[in-house]
Amino acid sequence: MGQVVKIALAGEGGQGVQSVAQILTEAAALEGKEILYIPNFGVEQRGGVSIAFVQIGDEKIGAPKFKTGDIVIALSDRAVRRVKMHIGPETIFVYDASIEGVEEDLPANAKQVLAIPALETANKELDPRVFNVLIMGAVIGATRVVTIEKAKEAIEKKLGYKFEKDPELRELNFKAIEKGIELVERMGVA
Amino acid sequence: MGSKPIEGERKVFMTGNEAVAWAALAAGADIMYGYPITPQNEIMQYWTRLGPKYDKKFLQTEDELSAGFTTIGGVLTGKRAFTATAGPGNVLMQEPMSMAEAMRIPTVVVIQQRGGPSTGTVIYSQQEVTLTCFGGNGEGLRVVYSTSSHQDLFDYTIKAFNTAWKYRFPTFVLSDGYQAKMRESVVIYDPEARGIQMVPTEPYVGKAGTPGKDRPAAHLRNTYNIEEELLEVLSKDIEEYERVAPEIIEYDAYNTENTDLLVIAHGVVFRSAAMAVKELASQGNKIGYFRPITLRPFPKEQLRQATQQAKQLLVVESAYGQLLKIVKDNLYGLNIPIKTLLRPGVGITPEEIAEKAKALLAGKEA
Amino acid sequence: METKEILPKMPKSWNPASKPHKFCPGCGHGLVLKALGQVIDELNIQDRVVFGCDIGCSLLSWDFFNVDTVQTHHGRTTPVMVGIKRANPDLITIAYMGDGGGYAIGSQHLVNAANRNDIITAILVNNTVYAMTGGQMAPTTMPGQKTETTPYGRDIKEAGYPMLGPEMVAAIAHEGAYVARGSIAKFRQLKTFIKKAIENQMAGRGFSFIEALSTCPTNWRTNAEKTWDFVENIMPKYFPIGEYKVPGGKEE
Ligand SMILES: Cc1ncc(C[n+]2csc(CCOP(=O)(O)OP(=O)(O)O)c2C)c(N)n1
Ligand code: SF4
Ligand SMILES: [Mg+2]
Repeated sequence: MGQVVKIALAGEGGQGVQSVAQILTEAAALEGKEILYIPNFGVEQRGGVSIAFVQIGDEKIGAPKFKTGDIVIALSDRAVRRVKMHIGPETIFVYDASIEGVEEDLPANAKQVLAIPALETANKELDPRVFNVLIMGAVIGATRVVTIEKAKEAIEKKLGYKFEKDPELRELNFKAIEKGIELVERMGVA
Repeated sequence: MGSKPIEGERKVFMTGNEAVAWAALAAGADIMYGYPITPQNEIMQYWTRLGPKYDKKFLQTEDELSAGFTTIGGVLTGKRAFTATAGPGNVLMQEPMSMAEAMRIPTVVVIQQRGGPSTGTVIYSQQEVTLTCFGGNGEGLRVVYSTSSHQDLFDYTIKAFNTAWKYRFPTFVLSDGYQAKMRESVVIYDPEARGIQMVPTEPYVGKAGTPGKDRPAAHLRNTYNIEEELLEVLSKDIEEYERVAPEIIEYDAYNTENTDLLVIAHGVVFRSAAMAVKELASQGNKIGYFRPITLRPFPKEQLRQATQQAKQLLVVESAYGQLLKIVKDNLYGLNIPIKTLLRPGVGITPEEIAEKAKALLAGKEA
Repeated sequence: METKEILPKMPKSWNPASKPHKFCPGCGHGLVLKALGQVIDELNIQDRVVFGCDIGCSLLSWDFFNVDTVQTHHGRTTPVMVGIKRANPDLITIAYMGDGGGYAIGSQHLVNAANRNDIITAILVNNTVYAMTGGQMAPTTMPGQKTETTPYGRDIKEAGYPMLGPEMVAAIAHEGAYVARGSIAKFRQLKTFIKKAIENQMAGRGFSFIEALSTCPTNWRTNAEKTWDFVENIMPKYFPIGEYKVPGGKEE
């Protein structure tokens, strides 16, 4: 309904899904889009699967949460199981190729299921610190919801203070974005 | 210190709780009293971060009874005092708010509904409608604004202070955990820059002069000796409530002329309802919506009018019939079928509403 | 010197329109409020006092004084006074309550106001019963004492021990707090305690709390003599009179 891109990102605490959501929504804001972002929250302060529900569109967004996402990303085994309910025939499901023991839990009804070697790429080719930004690149690659320019601008805005001390980190982050886009594109998103 | 928290206006991207704290600041609130409860906590957290820069005070109380009663104390001194709570805290809040109702004390309370009964969930619901509108051992002489966006949260938090002080009925901003925690864009502004005058406040106690000499002492009470004495006070309050209700009532309606289906929803669910209705209307269906913004006082005449031209109604809410009860009560005597989509404690998507509406429009569902 | 004043003079801060007051004959509430009225006069603070009364027989004082007064809910006078004081520290707030209001239903407020060292004064009337509701057991009912809900006498194994309020408050209160237990049977001393408590608030030093041993002949079902004997001789055995906490630590 409407032109809204619905994104669900799920992972373990510390994998940075909420900060990905924050940078992504920042980029969308820079594009002048309407955004609605809600983290899941429950009674426990730590330990649960962390999910970010992000919607980006041209008009005011309706409901804060959605049943099925356009792109659903899971970064851990528990996350794969947790987000099953948000997958439908229109969903592109992306998970990290290094997650083990989830074969049974992979959605059968998704439009596409992509295992991307995000963790491996981050660790081997870039830096473990930019894993989440690489994931953000994957989201952008799959949805084109924001331009790469605005994504970089948003990174600069959110993390600029870190780059001042460590200018190399800026390049790493920008590369991670590009790499993430590339990883998804290579898989051939419809 | 002392400068305006917001100059002019600016567009920001923030959580609902943050928007409430900014609105209270913009409205010139002086002091907040509160007790931690999810999903309201960040209102206090933002208030305590922003407050000291503008000479604002805060007291973390021992429970919500105390939060409500200290808020009453603050209001009695003529300060714009407020509190915020949710769920089981809202249950406790009813005791002080019933005193405020009895004594016409202009309290402002922000409610971020969470799942119930009991501890339920800390996340979301629309299950505190009955409690907020009619909680306490009284007649529900309160004003309840149901918000559906961050803009509403900002606008109606400011408005709540004015409504409370103008009419002297306890005023609630009824929101929910989704609105509290989600981030979306909102334009925050200095009310004055928008031509909004804040209603001046005045002390109930501690006015100038010696009581009994320069002025009568304030003897404020909520206890009466005989039934008739209470009835006299209540009758006056009820008469006044009903008289000012038309000035307070707010609603939103769309496509209400000759509709096959009129969808009724409030709060965050209204967003989904509006999307579903507009989508179906654009496909040529005769479908409209009605959104009560004030749940107390309720836009009775407006709803009856909209209803008279509809073939059937669909009430949608994240509760098992709390808005429904109010709707039925206000439509008493009209012969119109009322269908429901009731999902206590969970969100409702536009797709779910559209699906239900389509089935009803096609006559597939009785 | 001639003493012309045979009739006791009414404190200036009393509201003559509400006199004679509504308490039963022989009730201690009137004496506590008389002491308070004299203190308000002596300190010349009638224009700054906000008096809050609880539900219980203390509610009968809602128009007792010519001072701004708020009658609140059972147990909730302390938070209302805290709220007022926090919003306007120039006012002198006095919370007036019974033992049920202060030690049972509102005990969390008393404990937390004391612990926060809120600059208010709380005066609690200990009459060992829930008087207004007809004489049920109160937190302060003495061991063996008969009430409507302990018809065979308070059995401490079943119903627990009487609450020792000032002892508890003094134990948790902080420097600057003033805590005392007086009795209507020692009027001058009670008045001194009340005065010191309010002066303590005026000096901004901290929380001040007075428990006043009092009478309830109506629910005790005692004649004048027995009533007085109970408050003067029996109650202090369990509830010792004196100062429990004084700023600087010079308890009398
Ligand atoms: C919430 C609530 N529970 C119960 C009551 C009923 N009630 C009124 S007065 C009272 C007891 C009063 O006893 P105390 O506080 O000792 O005051 P006293 O009358 O002895 O001076 C009770 C239980 C009430 N008013 N409100
Ligand atoms: S019932 Fe007891 S406490 Fe109440 S007014 Fe009478 S004597 Fe006093
Ligand atoms: Mg008592």
